[in-house]
Amino acid sequence: MLLTDSDLQAIWLTVRLAGSVTLILLLVGTPIAWWLVRSKAWWKGPIGAVVALPLVLPPSVIGFYLLLAMGPNGPVGQLTQALGIGPLPFTFWGLVMASVFYSLPFMVQPLQTAFEAIGERPLEVAATLRASPLDAFFTVAVPLARPGFLTACILTFAHTVGEFGVVLMIGGNIPGVTRVASVQIYDHVEAMEYMDAHRLSAVMLIFSFLVLLALYAWRPSPKKGE
Amino acid sequence: MKPAHLLPLLLVALMGPVTLAHADEVSVAVASNFTGPMEKIAPAFEKATGHKALLAYGTVGKFYAQIKNNAPFDVLISADDETPIRLEKDGLAITESRFTYAIGKLVLWSSKPGVVDDKGEVLKRGDFRHLAIANPKVAVYGAAAAEVMKKLGLDAALEPKLVYGENITQAYQFTATGNTELGFVALSQIYKDGQYAPGSYWLVPPTLYPQIRQDAVLLVRGKSNPAAAALLTYLKSDAAKQVIRAHGYEF
Repeated sequence: MLLTDSDLQAIWLTVRLAGSVTLILLLVGTPIAWWLVRSKAWWKGPIGAVVALPLVLPPSVIGFYLLLAMGPNGPVGQLTQALGIGPLPFTFWGLVMASVFYSLPFMVQPLQTAFEAIGERPLEVAATLRASPLDAFFTVAVPLARPGFLTACILTFAHTVGEFGVVLMIGGNIPGVTRVASVQIYDHVEAMEYMDAHRLSAVMLIFSFLVLLALYAWRPSPKKGE
Repeated sequence: MKPAHLLPLLLVALMGPVTLAHADEVSVAVASNFTGPMEKIAPAFEKATGHKALLAYGTVGKFYAQIKNNAPFDVLISADDETPIRLEKDGLAITESRFTYAIGKLVLWSSKPGVVDDKGEVLKRGDFRHLAIANPKVAVYGAAAAEVMKKLGLDAALEPKLVYGENITQAYQFTATGNTELGFVALSQIYKDGQYAPGSYWLVPPTLYPQIRQDAVLLVRGKSNPAAAALLTYLKSDAAKQVIRAHGYEF
């Protein structure tokens, strides 16, 4: 067998994490991106900047402050405890939450660009045809922004697979719960098990390449006006 | 000048001039658990000898990979004795130079008072959610903690509660921030200048785990660097030993 059981466990966990994060961000990121494009509020600038912050901050710094915030004495930790969920660090859903924050710009920014490219005109036309704003969003904006959705999902998924600093900080490296593939590879390297590290890295590399290849091959070629 | 023409100039300005280590400088790879004492020892060493020490902190596994790939380190101050020996076998470290500069002590610690008793009974009671240890696969303090739990016959019972730090620093972070109620940490992390950090602790009896010998070694790159030899000599001095002892290590 090429990979050990713990390697396979780490890969499956990574796929589960990246999948959950992409789905959640699709639901959370779309309205944010739409609002950032359509809103005229003065605080849209500050919100846009906050969304982009995870691009700038070092992952281990984000991880450390998430650990403080989500810990038993932090504001998020107090909230989750009051709700009866308990503290989130060292749990799968804690990782999901941290990754949602960390990958937010990778979902929002491509969507923002795609929505901006649509412009006012198609939505105005939809309005004259008596489409409600919600109706126009789903029947006009979403189909027109389809390539943007695809890019956003690919980037978010890929970014979460490659995540390391944040999960290392708040995950606690628990097998099957928070030990994702990137951490497993790091462990192999730290333990000087270079052959195991090479094997798992090669599998990850091929897997990632195939996923991206499939998605890009399936991606529709840009038409005029898009 | 068009802005585009300025780009190459900007690039040159950003890239140059690279500072190279001088002959009287020693670059040192320091195991993260020795960060505290080293921050005190380095300035004293610089004052006493006129040499300069450039310190890099990290895990020993990472340093090993870097040194194998020609990292510019003159001295390794390791968290174990295995890695220096391994580097000697690889022909990257000077055998005669190796010595044990400190013996590490393991302690069970909580950042809250009254959680850990002075016999470690809390481990048997198991009335906590998480226990942080350094990853036993990669860190000596983690391997020592695993051995303690095994000797006490509690390894199976405690396994589901374990949270693994990348190194002992992270095990400390998890516990210091209250995310884990308990953690096996290095005494050096909670004992500074003869004072214990707030909270409660159990000094694990040395009979329960193999001795943690922390060795320092001269690397081949620092062979003819007088500053490197001076640093190793200084680590053996009484002044350095006093600092090391004040951080909870033995000899």
